[in-house]
Amino acid sequence: MERFFLTVSILLGLFVFLCLYRVVFGPGIFNRLVGASVIGTKTLTILVLIGFVYGRIDMFVDISLVYALLNFIVTIAVAKYFQRKGAM
Amino acid sequence: MEIVAILLLCAGTFFYLTGTVGLLRFPDFYSRMHATGKSDTLGTLLSLLGLAFYAGFSFTGVKILFIAVFIFLTSPTATHALLRAAFDSKVPPWTKDGRSLRDKEVRRK
Repeated sequence: MERFFLTVSILLGLFVFLCLYRVVFGPGIFNRLVGASVIGTKTLTILVLIGFVYGRIDMFVDISLVYALLNFIVTIAVAKYFQRKGAM
Repeated sequence: MEIVAILLLCAGTFFYLTGTVGLLRFPDFYSRMHATGKSDTLGTLLSLLGLAFYAGFSFTGVKILFIAVFIFLTSPTATHALLRAAFDSKVPPWTKDGRSLRDKEVRRK
């Protein structure tokens, strides 16, 4: 079972690298923001999976909970910031 | 019980895959946001549900379910905020014939 979790987390890591392309080459600031927020939600699941693989699940569930909160707050704050600045 | 977790996790990974392909392949910002906003939320929901099943009915399982519900509530909100910000800062939407929408009034009062 742990092996299955490990393969799924490696697969999600591959998806994160694919999204990294959009973060690096995204035409505008907002495409980069989309890439960052997508990577944020993916690392959330990877964290919980790694928690199961390592066996210390309580710690990792708290970490992923905080990570979900932060990811949401950061996306809202940066969106609000770029709304006024009007960056293309 | 583990079969349910494996199936849900596979479904979640599938939706992550579709979200990633959508993020890379779609022509402009709005369609990318359209793809990733929905499929990532669903992918996270399914995989966290599967993990909650695997964790069983314990304190950890309930916390994982709480994360899933939290993501289910906040991810669309974040998507909406990003879209509103992009629309206000006049990111041009993609049009098939390439003619910008600017000719017509983009935001009909």
